[in-house]
Amino acid sequence: MIEQLSRNERQLSLVILLCLAVLGLSMAAVGRDDPLGAHGALVLLAAIGGLFFVISGYYAPEAGPERLHSYYDDPSKVGIVIAMAWALIGLFVGDWVAWQLVNPDLTFDAPWSSFGRIRPVHTTAVIFGFGGNALIATSFYVMQRTSRARMPDQLSPWFVVFGYNLFCLLAVTGYLMGSTQSKEYAEPEWYADIWLVIVWVVYFVLYLRTLSRRSEPHIYVANWYYLAFILVVAVLHIVNNIAVPVSFGHAKSYSIFSGVQDAMTQWWYGHNAVAFFLTSGFLGMMYYYLPKRAGRPIFSYRISIISFWGITFFYMWAGSHHLHYTALPHWVQTLGMTFSVMLLVPSWASAGNALLTLNGAWHKVRDDATLRFMMVAAVFYGLSTFEGSFMAIRSVNSLSHYTDWTVGHVHAGALGWVAMITFGSIYASVPWLWKRPAMHSARLVEAHFWLALAGTIIYVFAMWNSGIIQGLMWRTYNESGTLAYSFVDSLVAMHPYYIARAIGGLLFLIGAVIGCYNIWMTIRTAARSADARAPGEPAPLYARKPALEPAE
Amino acid sequence: MEFNHNVAVWFSKSFGLFYLMALSLAVVVYAYWPANKARFEDAAGSILSDEDKPWR
Repeated sequence: MIEQLSRNERQLSLVILLCLAVLGLSMAAVGRDDPLGAHGALVLLAAIGGLFFVISGYYAPEAGPERLHSYYDDPSKVGIVIAMAWALIGLFVGDWVAWQLVNPDLTFDAPWSSFGRIRPVHTTAVIFGFGGNALIATSFYVMQRTSRARMPDQLSPWFVVFGYNLFCLLAVTGYLMGSTQSKEYAEPEWYADIWLVIVWVVYFVLYLRTLSRRSEPHIYVANWYYLAFILVVAVLHIVNNIAVPVSFGHAKSYSIFSGVQDAMTQWWYGHNAVAFFLTSGFLGMMYYYLPKRAGRPIFSYRISIISFWGITFFYMWAGSHHLHYTALPHWVQTLGMTFSVMLLVPSWASAGNALLTLNGAWHKVRDDATLRFMMVAAVFYGLSTFEGSFMAIRSVNSLSHYTDWTVGHVHAGALGWVAMITFGSIYASVPWLWKRPAMHSARLVEAHFWLALAGTIIYVFAMWNSGIIQGLMWRTYNESGTLAYSFVDSLVAMHPYYIARAIGGLLFLIGAVIGCYNIWMTIRTAARSADARAPGEPAPLYARKPALEPAE
Repeated sequence: MEFNHNVAVWFSKSFGLFYLMALSLAVVVYAYWPANKARFEDAAGSILSDEDKPWR
């Protein structure tokens, strides 16, 4: 890893790590008994570990100019491995949370393991840990291929990958210590937020620098989606996290927004996190890996452009549908509802575009579980966006809001769309990156596919049932005009569905474990065959040429 | 002029509406402009080539 860096980059990385170590030390000193102090120690340890790592390879000979004749893929490889590790953590904690809802004693009476603390550990680990690392890793891969340009330097991609994961670590360890801004999906406190801004700006600049080296004048559409993800997430993150810390020695901070403005800002952020983190970036993934794996160009490039601008501009206004029947002005709620319904057009355009691309390649979908992951992802994308538009309608929302239906909807999107397209893209990239003809075991990919699909369907159906029953029980009145059921009655009615949901989650987790094993074995055999090769013997060619269809 | 709730409502219902309509029109015109067709088709096919090296 270090031998790939030039002498200047090695020196610069030492300077960065030294600054980080000093920063960690001062946080630990001023924070003392506060969570900030513990986080200072964490930052210091990470920086010292990094320093040792760089120094250990500091005197390795520099890579020659021939390195410029290939893409720089090491950060993508590391990003994929880290993403899978986060998937295991996030899915395990998620399933644990699900079992806590079945049996509350599963907190084992510790403060750190209470629902309120480990639930954000689950969401952060899967969204930011798994999803974010997968987006960073695949975006590095895609931006270089589509621009036919190598990244401009070797240091900034590593800064992005490791800096981003330091943010994720600060986030989840903070929750366990009870440190949170209590804004959903924006829980990390002010110092972690500032660190993420720095990392994110480097990421954005790195992307633009790579694009500026491209040979083609036109920028392939996948890059538009990745760039929208990077740019808009920066804007959302900065605005929603403007806060004043109690002091520089405290983790706690207070948002500058209050009351309904705070709620509106939070859900403008929250829904656009769904839009630009969980949709736009993953659409970028889909627009590259799906056509590539199917061996067919995207069905309509024009539709992909129209849906890009549709998604980008409509989503911005949809957030207020989270605040129906609140103190938010009625017209703002209606605005959010209208834009959410309009969003169905670009969303279904994208889903349809993906599925129509597969026309003529359906036999590959049948035989190749990797492509099937992507196909099912497109189907779930279509289903969840329809459901989302529907649930944003005020009268539907009066039934669905605050119930498990929302949880089911989120997981149809997160498991069915985001995780499926990610697993598909990872299974496609791993053999390409590690120069192998295929994954270690196609049957294990197949097993992962069916476990993931079964888990998702069980999960979503359980939550649909429980959510609608909850919603109906909470609005049923008796003859005297009072509520027919107490809240505890509805809780008892949920019990069987909570068991089903936890089983669905467990299947999904087992699938991911199998995926990790399969990826690990593919990487190991790649390393072994590279060692066994005689010096000077060319690396084996890997099968990536798509078979032409009769019509072509 | 004081920037209050009514001003925000007026601005969103007038400028907001027309800017969105103009934008939608511009996007559709760009996507379906005949001269752009070849460029888009090239782009769609470009990722399928097996070239796996930077261009310079």
